[in-house]
Amino acid sequence: MLRKLSAIAAAAGLLVVGAAGPALASGGALKAKEVHWSFEGPFGKFDQAQLQRGYKVYREVCSACHAMKLVAFRNLGDKGGPFYSEKYPNSNDNPWVKAIAKDYEVADIDGETGDAIKRPATSADHFPAPFANEAAARASNGGALPPDMSLLAKAREEGPNHIYSVVTGYVDPPKGLKVPTGGHYNPYFPGDLTSAWSGSHEHVPPGGFIAMAPPLKAGLVTFDDGTKSTLDQQAKDVSAFLMWAAEPKLEERKQTGFAVLIYLVLLSGLLYASYKTVWRNESH
Amino acid sequence: MSGHSTYQPKTGIERWLDARLPIIRLGYDSFVDYPTPRNLNYWWTFGGILSLCLASQLITGIILVMHYNPSAQGAFASVEHIMRDVNYGWLIRYMHANGASMFFIAVYIHMLRGLYYGSYKAPREVLWLLGCVIYLLMMATAFMGYVLPWGQMSFHGAVVITNLFGALPLVGESITTWLWGGFAVDNPTLNRFFSLHYLLPFMIAGVVILHIWALHVVGQNNPTGVDPKSKADTVAFTPYATVKDGFAMSVFLILFAFFVFYMPNALGHADNYIEANPLVTPSHIVPEWYFLPFYAILRAVPDKLMGVLAMFGAIACMFALPWLDTSKVRSMRYRPTAKIYFLFFLVACIVLGFCGAKLPDDPVIPHLTTFQLGGSDLNSFVWLSRVASLYYFAFFLVVLPVLGLVEKTLPVPDSIASPALSADAHKG
Repeated sequence: MLRKLSAIAAAAGLLVVGAAGPALASGGALKAKEVHWSFEGPFGKFDQAQLQRGYKVYREVCSACHAMKLVAFRNLGDKGGPFYSEKYPNSNDNPWVKAIAKDYEVADIDGETGDAIKRPATSADHFPAPFANEAAARASNGGALPPDMSLLAKAREEGPNHIYSVVTGYVDPPKGLKVPTGGHYNPYFPGDLTSAWSGSHEHVPPGGFIAMAPPLKAGLVTFDDGTKSTLDQQAKDVSAFLMWAAEPKLEERKQTGFAVLIYLVLLSGLLYASYKTVWRNESH
Repeated sequence: MSGHSTYQPKTGIERWLDARLPIIRLGYDSFVDYPTPRNLNYWWTFGGILSLCLASQLITGIILVMHYNPSAQGAFASVEHIMRDVNYGWLIRYMHANGASMFFIAVYIHMLRGLYYGSYKAPREVLWLLGCVIYLLMMATAFMGYVLPWGQMSFHGAVVITNLFGALPLVGESITTWLWGGFAVDNPTLNRFFSLHYLLPFMIAGVVILHIWALHVVGQNNPTGVDPKSKADTVAFTPYATVKDGFAMSVFLILFAFFVFYMPNALGHADNYIEANPLVTPSHIVPEWYFLPFYAILRAVPDKLMGVLAMFGAIACMFALPWLDTSKVRSMRYRPTAKIYFLFFLVACIVLGFCGAKLPDDPVIPHLTTFQLGGSDLNSFVWLSRVASLYYFAFFLVVLPVLGLVEKTLPVPDSIASPALSADAHKG
């Protein structure tokens, strides 16, 4: 029986291998650096202090150019979120969330005059975009469009490792590489540098040109919990925050999964025992 | 089997209903008293697992539709609304997305089981054909479902696949425009795919009923391929098959749950978390894993039209299978030569799936350049997929027809009970 089951598992496994193929393809960039995240593994959880630091990096640096339109202020106070508190099960009542929202201005229509106005955001509002539209975003960024950050950590094959690697991965371009105006060489950013490379075709450097200048540097953000504000720390924290923004239900998912698996394992055991009992007098 | 019914209505209500609509009798004859070969192994549990998959996809799908917005403007945001704001929306959506993969894992095992044990041979040809129709409907449903989140891979996958019809001579362009509902993949395409994605699963359910009906007329095949001859060869469906199927379903659910809860995006593609943008093409467009072998066959042929025909031909071979295999022996257990060819067929399918995920001109063995042949280096995935495609077609069109006439088969047991009983005697 076990032999047959393992054969089934092996067959399923082989089918999965086929799917793993595309995950390995990454347009000539270096493989992302491996970072240990608190939310990894079957019991992984977000580190709330890290999410708060990461939010601060997003607020003070990234949000100048990057929108995060799928995330609402109230999400910050949801279970598993950076400002969740047991005292405020309804995140709309959470004073930190309210205070954060009030700092933002969102577009609205005056109900009496019909004029377009700006008002302070409430916890129900979504994060407003830094630019009015795509053209405005491109005009302010040398023609490049800063991607929306709501799902960034899931929209890259290597997830938060990729974000961390790009942000910390800027290096001086190798000799022989012609960096275009407004571009920055980054070995972790996917691209094809063949046309900008004057050296041998066998040794085109990995990576690509990214329009974003190195966004973080040591001391750029002051962390309220006293954590030393190194480039590495900022990059890790903001990557963890973006993973939360992309998958806010991650903790709930893993916790539910554990209970479901225990239930299914017990059920399988009972069914196997029933199977053995029912068939005990039948040859097969 | 469509034999004599043994159902005895016991209560007044049952007798009343039985005289008017014998639905309890139908259920009893089909799922309780139905005689099942006693030697079915775990490969036979996938029929039950597949009905579980279909039910799960239908239920989760119907709930998703309650929150989904089928428009190019709103689809992507509504899927994220499901993930973030709908209670347990993440669970429903991940079950539906991973459920499609589980459905295909199960259906591929189910098909390979039928292929190995000769379940398509007389008198089960119609049963097999109905299964092929279900598989075809599943592929159409899965493809259109993948378009609905309106991510980058949804959109550009739809562009690539619908463009295949453009390869047909004369009518190709008109068909493509008709499929799109315009001159490009856009809102009308999304709307009709949504409509069809809701319709086709119910058609699948309908054909499944026919599939089970055909099964109950001819009876199940079994690992020996020998028809049951007496009561000693069979056991009652309930409790014997139900408890075994139930155990297998539960084990299958463990695999399913593992993906849903711990690696829900492993079988998907990261690009689909970027909203569709017709102006930006992803660097590498790949279909979902369950289409990869056919995608590899498509790309193995240099000519687009011939590639499309080869891809559809690969599926047509499955339909023709009952008439391609000339062997009188059903089960490959007694066909040692066929068994070897079958194993190579399995390898060819996996190799094709692997090739489908790779760039055609990338080398199979890294950093090795051999010589150019047919426009590509011999050490490339396109050549590997050509070799594997060739074997795929040769297996159906040459091996199975010829082997049945020339091979030496092992002696087939007289009845199901005799080898099973004698094996017990050896143990005892």
